Amino acid sequence: MSTRRIFARPARYAAIAPYLWMALFFLVPFGFVLKISLSQTAIAQPPYTPVFDLSEGWEAFKGAFEQLSLENYRLLISDNLYILSYLRSLVVAITSTLILLVIGYPIAYGMARLPQRWQGIAMILVIVPFWTSFLIRIYAWINILQHDGLLNRILLALHLVSKPVVWLSTDTAMYIGIVYSYLPFMILPLYATLAKMDRALLEAAEDLGASPRKAFWLVTFPLSLPGVGAGVLLCFIPIVGEFVIPDLLAGSNSLMIGQTLWLEFFTNKDWPVASAVAIALLLLLVPPLVLYDRLQRRQVEGRR
Amino acid sequence: MPLLRIEGVTKRFGNFTAVNQLSLDIRAGEFFALLGPSGCGKTTLLRMLAGFETPDEGRLLLAGRDIAQVMPHERPVNMMFQNYALFPHLSVRDNIAFGLRRAGMARGEIAARVAEMVALVKLEGMEKRKPDQLSGGQRQRVALARSLARRPQVLLLDEPLAALDKKLRESTQAELMELQRRLGMTFIIVTHDQEEAMTMASRIGVMDTGRLAQVATPRDLYEAPASRWVAEFVGDVNLFEGQVISREQGRLKVTTREAGIITVTEPRQPVTKEIVTVAIRPEKIKLSRRGLASSADALQAINRFEGEVAEINYLGGLTAYRIRLDNGAVVRSVMANTARLDVDGYGSSERVAAWFAPDDGVVLEQ
Repeated sequence: MSTRRIFARPARYAAIAPYLWMALFFLVPFGFVLKISLSQTAIAQPPYTPVFDLSEGWEAFKGAFEQLSLENYRLLISDNLYILSYLRSLVVAITSTLILLVIGYPIAYGMARLPQRWQGIAMILVIVPFWTSFLIRIYAWINILQHDGLLNRILLALHLVSKPVVWLSTDTAMYIGIVYSYLPFMILPLYATLAKMDRALLEAAEDLGASPRKAFWLVTFPLSLPGVGAGVLLCFIPIVGEFVIPDLLAGSNSLMIGQTLWLEFFTNKDWPVASAVAIALLLLLVPPLVLYDRLQRRQVEGRR
Repeated sequence: MPLLRIEGVTKRFGNFTAVNQLSLDIRAGEFFALLGPSGCGKTTLLRMLAGFETPDEGRLLLAGRDIAQVMPHERPVNMMFQNYALFPHLSVRDNIAFGLRRAGMARGEIAARVAEMVALVKLEGMEKRKPDQLSGGQRQRVALARSLARRPQVLLLDEPLAALDKKLRESTQAELMELQRRLGMTFIIVTHDQEEAMTMASRIGVMDTGRLAQVATPRDLYEAPASRWVAEFVGDVNLFEGQVISREQGRLKVTTREAGIITVTEPRQPVTKEIVTVAIRPEKIKLSRRGLASSADALQAINRFEGEVAEINYLGGLTAYRIRLDNGAVVRSVMANTARLDVDGYGSSERVAAWFAPDDGVVLEQ
């Protein structure tokens, strides 16, 4: 009895650890951002009012609450700029996720069908780009896509174009950058589900009269849906908030929400509006996050 | 013309020859078992019949048509897979209907056939369940129903009972035989379990290193094995190697190092070799107390050896003895425990005589 109690206590603390982590590094900062989003800008340090300060006395502290307002959120709804950049974020995220799926699925499928000893090598090849800094890889793309860059030189040499094509600062460049950066996140979950699939199921399907193509659509694809779901959400969610890639590769005439947020914060020094944008972005991402969680849970249950 | 003719079929994987110049005829309505140790090529042969492997040489004639190069989904054969390979995302009904839908059957016909199959394997009320909601035995039935639904000309069964426990395996064996008889279908089963093959099959092909060692009925396989290897692989056996010293009146005398001179009935095929092996099944070696053998026994017992009981294994219905003969050789004998009370049993180290009739020895030349 007593020994069990001795061991039970650290175990209980260990169970608290993730909650503590979440509270400290998510909930508390989230509280700050939420509070700032309800404040107004001010030319001061920090650049917003009200500021909660217990040293000013209890009455002042209570009075600060009354100064909070939803004004910034009203601005988000009334100004086209914000709605348009939210919409653009969604469009970019959906489009690039679809492209990722179309490119990533065949790669993952091919990997899963490789002989066992080649699969590990293929996996390393997918992960290897992570060994170079993300920013450096995006800058490399700038180099490749610029006026006298590698791509244009190849196209000219092959006489596919007669004069250099403008790639940089276009949506095409942005999509290239996003698809390139996120491809491993699409491939890996897909590969994981495809690799553990029993080959005998395909043989059974063919034995029962399904052509290899039919067998793929009737057996392989439906059984890989959990992997498709995981890959899609793993790409979609961060792409919605993507800042660096559109900022470096896309043109400046339409902004994704991450860029708008950056502008509000660093250029306009409007912390409250930037915070409101961040909170709204978070709300936008709640439904797909819940969906992802459900899929994960169903997969765990399905395995039992 | 047999339903299925396998003609000089060879299959190699790299340097390894899995199936080697194998020929075999299987008649319509047969329950044929391919028996052999793991790696003997039996599964490869079955997979060639299903179309998952292509033979490197030879022909596979099904009802006169060479199907060696036909894709699996275009063959009129179906397979029941070792681990069933049920589609986990489909219900029992959809699993069974899978092959019917691919055949383009009408909706109503499919429903009727599925109902018939569900009734055949006694799974009524389970139609909506997914495979992971079924027990091992139920899954086995779904797999069987699914592979039978298309009414294939030949049903291939790859170790169909390996995943079941002993009791369930025995009852399922009986059900499979009953089903095969009722449907009049041709079954080819692959198994490494000789008891299973003996119980179910009308003929057994024993495979060894890619070749057929013998094709025979279960009884012939056991009582008239074609080679030492078959005799040892199927059941238990005492083997005595020796030289033929005389033949007279249909009797062969063989002088052996282990058991002296043995007299056996000459086989129908005349023995051509000098050095032969005499095989005797343990239950054909009888034991008696020295001097206690009745005169009738003694008359028949030309092959009589003195020795003592070295080991006794009580197995319930049978008792297995190891007898160390006076010249050092060890023979195995199995006796049925026909009486409940062991008043006449043999004790450890007891002196006994072991003997067998000339008809009970099989002369093997290889």
